[in-house]
Amino acid sequence: MGLSSRERQAWALLLPLLVIIATVTGYPLINTFRLSFTDASLTGRNVAQHWVGFENYAYVFTDPDFGDAFRRTLYFTFVSVGAEILLGVLVALLLNREFRGRTAVRALLVLPWALPTIVNAMMWRLIYNPEFGSLNALLLQLGLIDSYQSWLGTPGTAMNMVILADVWKNYPLVAIIVLAALQTIPRELYEAASIDGAGPWLKFWKVTFPAILGPLSVALVLRMIEAFKVFDIIYLMTRGGPADSTKSVSFFVYQESFAYLRAGSGASYAVTVTLTSAVMIAAYIMLLRRQSSTA
Amino acid sequence: MKWRRLIPQVLTYTAVIVLVISTVAPLLWLFIMSISSTPELTAVPLHWIPHQADFSRYGRLLTFAAHSAGEEFILAMRNSLAASFSATAVALLVGIPAAYSFSRMPGKRMKLLYAVLGTYMMPPVALILPLYMVFGALGLLNTVAALTIVYCTILLPFVTWLLKSNFDAVPIEIEEAARIDGVGLFGVLRHVTLPIAKAGLGTAALFAVLLAWDEFFYALLYTNDLRAKTLPVAIADFAAGRATDYGIISAAGILTAVPALVIAFFLQKTLIAGLSAGGVKG
Amino acid sequence: MKRLPAWRRGLGHAALGLAALIGAGTLAAGTAAADTTLNALFMKQAAYSEDDVRSMTKDFEAANPGIKVNLEFVPYEALHDKIVAAAGAGAQGYDVVLFDTIWPAEFAKNGFLQDVTGRISADDTAKVFDGAWSTVTYEDKRYGMPWILDTKYLFYNKDMLKKAGIAAPPKTWAELTEQAKIIKDKGIVKFPIVWSWAQAEAIICDYGTLVDAYKGEFYQDGKPIFDKGGSMDAVNYMEQSLKDGLSNPNSREYLEEDVRKIFSNGDAAFALNWTYMYNLANDPKESKVAGQVDLVPAPGVAGKTEASAINGSMGLGITANSTHADDAWKYIAFITSQPVQNKYAKLSLPIWKSSYDDPAVAKGQESLIAAAKVSIGLMFPRPTTPSYTELSNILQKNLQQILLGQVTPEQGMQTANTAAERLH
Repeated sequence: MGLSSRERQAWALLLPLLVIIATVTGYPLINTFRLSFTDASLTGRNVAQHWVGFENYAYVFTDPDFGDAFRRTLYFTFVSVGAEILLGVLVALLLNREFRGRTAVRALLVLPWALPTIVNAMMWRLIYNPEFGSLNALLLQLGLIDSYQSWLGTPGTAMNMVILADVWKNYPLVAIIVLAALQTIPRELYEAASIDGAGPWLKFWKVTFPAILGPLSVALVLRMIEAFKVFDIIYLMTRGGPADSTKSVSFFVYQESFAYLRAGSGASYAVTVTLTSAVMIAAYIMLLRRQSSTA
Repeated sequence: MKWRRLIPQVLTYTAVIVLVISTVAPLLWLFIMSISSTPELTAVPLHWIPHQADFSRYGRLLTFAAHSAGEEFILAMRNSLAASFSATAVALLVGIPAAYSFSRMPGKRMKLLYAVLGTYMMPPVALILPLYMVFGALGLLNTVAALTIVYCTILLPFVTWLLKSNFDAVPIEIEEAARIDGVGLFGVLRHVTLPIAKAGLGTAALFAVLLAWDEFFYALLYTNDLRAKTLPVAIADFAAGRATDYGIISAAGILTAVPALVIAFFLQKTLIAGLSAGGVKG
Repeated sequence: MKRLPAWRRGLGHAALGLAALIGAGTLAAGTAAADTTLNALFMKQAAYSEDDVRSMTKDFEAANPGIKVNLEFVPYEALHDKIVAAAGAGAQGYDVVLFDTIWPAEFAKNGFLQDVTGRISADDTAKVFDGAWSTVTYEDKRYGMPWILDTKYLFYNKDMLKKAGIAAPPKTWAELTEQAKIIKDKGIVKFPIVWSWAQAEAIICDYGTLVDAYKGEFYQDGKPIFDKGGSMDAVNYMEQSLKDGLSNPNSREYLEEDVRKIFSNGDAAFALNWTYMYNLANDPKESKVAGQVDLVPAPGVAGKTEASAINGSMGLGITANSTHADDAWKYIAFITSQPVQNKYAKLSLPIWKSSYDDPAVAKGQESLIAAAKVSIGLMFPRPTTPSYTELSNILQKNLQQILLGQVTPEQGMQTANTAAERLH
């Protein structure tokens, strides 16, 4: 007889999802994986590909430029996601309080997030313009700097300015998710804590934090995956410059495959990026499980 | 002591003002750029308010003359709406049953959920060329259909996971009560689970539409002309090349954000209510 | 209704049948000689505007009924990506593509373009500038027709020079330095020279112009020599001009459009830029310094060169996958032909030598034509190697590090050279 009817139901419900993912993502994924073991190049006519085993991967681990891109992307991921989480939680806490105009402010929160990445990238490029950007104008007129700065032209600063633009757009997502979770916390829990003599800090840790941890984790995992594969905003704002200081791993893959036409090598970098992402997320989920089991 | 109660209030309102300014200021500036002339924007020190508001760029973008910026913008908007909404529709249609399965009938299948999430981790840059060849062979290049298919794969992992969390929060007792009354699986979904999770559905839909609306690189490579070109690609076109006009780029930016904002505002009420109804658990 | 006699009906039927056959025949013949559709990929707002390209195409379609051309315009940055992606698409890809002078080596090696050497007559070869041919040539084979000829000129602000008491624009780079110093000391403008030194191909064009001036070479006996000779002199000049405060430090973030905006805003006295800037900088709607802008060929170096010019041209080629090669060539031959090129000479200069003596072409842009006659004849190509994109990225990164003061010129160029040696 095989599966129970409930099991069969479960599979039937999953079928469309699995079919779509398998066909549309499956083929490219397998193709990329296979390519990563060859020295294939993107050619018009079929030029022979040779199996090179792990040679590409060996190069991945010794390539200093990729190492730099990797470190940079980790920096981007941790700083931007960290900022988004921090800001998201703070803003959610703020918007959970009573004040006049609260509904309007909550509605406003959607604005940055609803802005398409390309518009965001363009807007901040114009704001950061070294000759007539509004950031320079504002800071100069406020007396905070004494001359116009080249925000996207200075290696150290450029990455941080890109992070600023990305965080500005994405933190509302976290804020909205956390705000929703905050609304499920029954008031009685806070009152009980007050009666027990808990101050605001303790209230946060004992009442608020456990309640929002779940939703916050969803947001965090999603944002981490997206931050690690960041591409669009870099392609649009700096194209990897200045002096390679904003080149992320995805941009690196793009360069290998599209600019240098080295499909095999590009594929090996792509697989490495995916595996790193998987490891990071797995580590985080394990941490979460451990925390919830000891809590 | 009224004093003590006043300080938190003052702090709250100050924080709110800072929040509002930091959120709105860049957008306000974008709007001002769209109505300023280039000489004014390149002046140092900067004029914050233009002496002459020039709304002509909006006119140019919204008038439908052959080969004009307006035609490009309007058709690109049409393509973006088509691709985003169809992809979201498919994602919901497929994601709801899948999420329900993961939520109510977990077990070994949960590994599949993680596998699906795993496909989300591969950089699109790596997948884009194999798919290009497949679409080319099928004659699907430069069609909204191709974009819809590709966007589904981006939206599905996310939507499924989000919906699963929402369904987890719907009390199973209500469903079991309906089952006892003899309601079948789809009946339970339609009449019990979905109405309760309605707001969560709205959230997932909003996230999906915005993700698809945002997408740039696939659209850049898979579309050639206005039959399928989406807004992000059209805007990149405006910003490229020689003789760039900051004003029209800004105006295009504002107009592109508008549909997204409209949808967001609409779903915003259900958003907060919905995410809170049961919360999104990991 | 009286019935027609049988024989008349028979004739009627036969006539109908014949008509049907003829109709079908014409239809078949019509569909046999039916519309070929060509897909052509161009660049957005390149030298020619989109409208210009559309008019040229319409003229072609009128002269060649049965051929229709689909036009697509993309930003420069996307041009390479799209050609590469389409190479895998087979028949649904492009037939005609616009390519940059730095790509034929890469495209030829990877089989993206068709060899069209056989389609070009010796006669035409003689009539077109040698410098132009280098745009489409790799290993003595031609992969297209040069179409947009472009090089960077030295633009200068006449009024600023006059105010500084300078009689004539510089003929050598050393003179440029002197004149810039005078202008800066007189307080006319803070940073007299503006460049496009962003991490993009643009910086290689500026650097290449200087290498040409110093009579440098990129390779010697097949080995890279970026850290020696003319190449090193070029880098030292760039770095020194920054140190002296003569070059705008924000140049390190600028592309050509930024250079145009700064110059048109009156914030620079000298700028290196492409042909297109000439008309725009003199257009009162676009520029605050309209009417004050003039140009000369990029300077030379005393004892080495009279002037310098980098080849920034683009060519039109037939893709390897195209199934309509003959029709594609017809299209290319048409829009690169002398009459068409002369008609649109305001935006991009013709590839035909004799056009430059044509008064109709020169009208309204005499200084440009005079400068072009010199510069275009001199055009110096960037390295013709299939790995050019990677080489360019190596150079871009190292040049940026040098100009940002992170490494000395010697260190930077040595790193670049070592990396270049590893390229195969």
